[in-house]
Amino acid sequence: MNLPYYPGCTLKANASHFEDSAIKALEKLNCQLQEMKDWVCCGTVFSLSNDDLMLQLSSIRNLLRAEKQGLNELIVLCSMCYNTLKRSKDFITDDKEKLEKVNNFMYMEEVDYKGTVDIYHLLTILKDRITFETIQDKVKKPLNSLKLGAFYGCLLVRPKEYAIDDFEGPTIIEDLLSALGAESLDFAYKLECCGAYQTLTQKDVSLKRSYEIIRSASRAGCEAIVTSCPLCAYNLDFLQKEIDEEQVDFNKIPIFYFTELMSIALGAGWSSKWSELHFVDPEQLLRDKHLL
Amino acid sequence: MFRGIIKNGIRNELLLKVEEISGQNVFNCYQCGNCSSGCPVVEYMDITPNQVLRLSQYGASEEILDSETIWVCSTCLQCSSRCPKGIDVARIMEAYRTINLRSGIGKINPRKIDVSAANDIPPILLVSAMRKLTG
Repeated sequence: MNLPYYPGCTLKANASHFEDSAIKALEKLNCQLQEMKDWVCCGTVFSLSNDDLMLQLSSIRNLLRAEKQGLNELIVLCSMCYNTLKRSKDFITDDKEKLEKVNNFMYMEEVDYKGTVDIYHLLTILKDRITFETIQDKVKKPLNSLKLGAFYGCLLVRPKEYAIDDFEGPTIIEDLLSALGAESLDFAYKLECCGAYQTLTQKDVSLKRSYEIIRSASRAGCEAIVTSCPLCAYNLDFLQKEIDEEQVDFNKIPIFYFTELMSIALGAGWSSKWSELHFVDPEQLLRDKHLL
Repeated sequence: MFRGIIKNGIRNELLLKVEEISGQNVFNCYQCGNCSSGCPVVEYMDITPNQVLRLSQYGASEEILDSETIWVCSTCLQCSSRCPKGIDVARIMEAYRTINLRSGIGKINPRKIDVSAANDIPPILLVSAMRKLTG
């Protein structure tokens, strides 16, 4: 199965292990991610202002180029790209006047954007198209005895019209992890904000948010947290250095992308290059569980 | 004798602009406080999200423009998904931010960011902060 794929900026930089592990894991499921050509930044956050179409252009430009390349869908791994592209698409495509204005802006692209490309998050594809049953059948190294907390953050489940699962009680990541043989533990802060971009300007906000999320997961018994958002992963992982210095009751735990765990379970293995992109060492836990 | 708490008249120019940018009707709010109780960063705000709505209803939008609240909001959309009246509160926060940003008042001066530290920061963080906090 070929999956037309939009990577986004961070999967080519600090989160290259997210992309790499997805490619490896999907090969084991006979799926190939086919990266679209000439993509640009999606804009990372969907603009909530009604009257500024300029802020929609980066998303729509990607969708137009995908259309030009004959693609009718794009699979996205990053939660923020997924949310931004999908909401931008609806915001522009549902309104003829906006569509015309945006196309006038992008006259250099030579063809008009029509709005025919559908956006899917990889988790949805795994659930609906590949199915968790198939994934379970292909597990070579079950993640037995690994206790994991699925962290959704904001943009996989909000706004509710764009949630990839129930917006208040999602289980899609837990269901995947269970199929991989792991034990998923529910924890109270799994839909909370990690502090997002406040890390740049008001770091104390992100430090507190991330601390509370990790503490909530640890208290529920989670040995690691699993996410699909590179910004959540950065905050939850790299802020642990300062959290650890500030909080006496704190124990560091590794933060994984769901695809890294898929790669291990499906027999595509682990790469030491991925460990270098983590702050909290993920290998110790994996060794303890005999998964490396 | 005029008796009232309306500062410049309800639906003053500023509020009209907020409603235009956000597409939301602030008068739908009946002050249940769901937005503030669900807000993960409310403790860092000088006025709470429900107060943003109430001040808007009073025509006191100027106070909101000067608040820390609109910059602390991280657009996690918890308030919007919980509002029983269907108000997209995050859009109202964004509208106030946008009005400031369009008049050159931002939260980050891009020239003052330490570029040497930028190598360790993921692009997703830099771009999202720039998009939300600079004009």
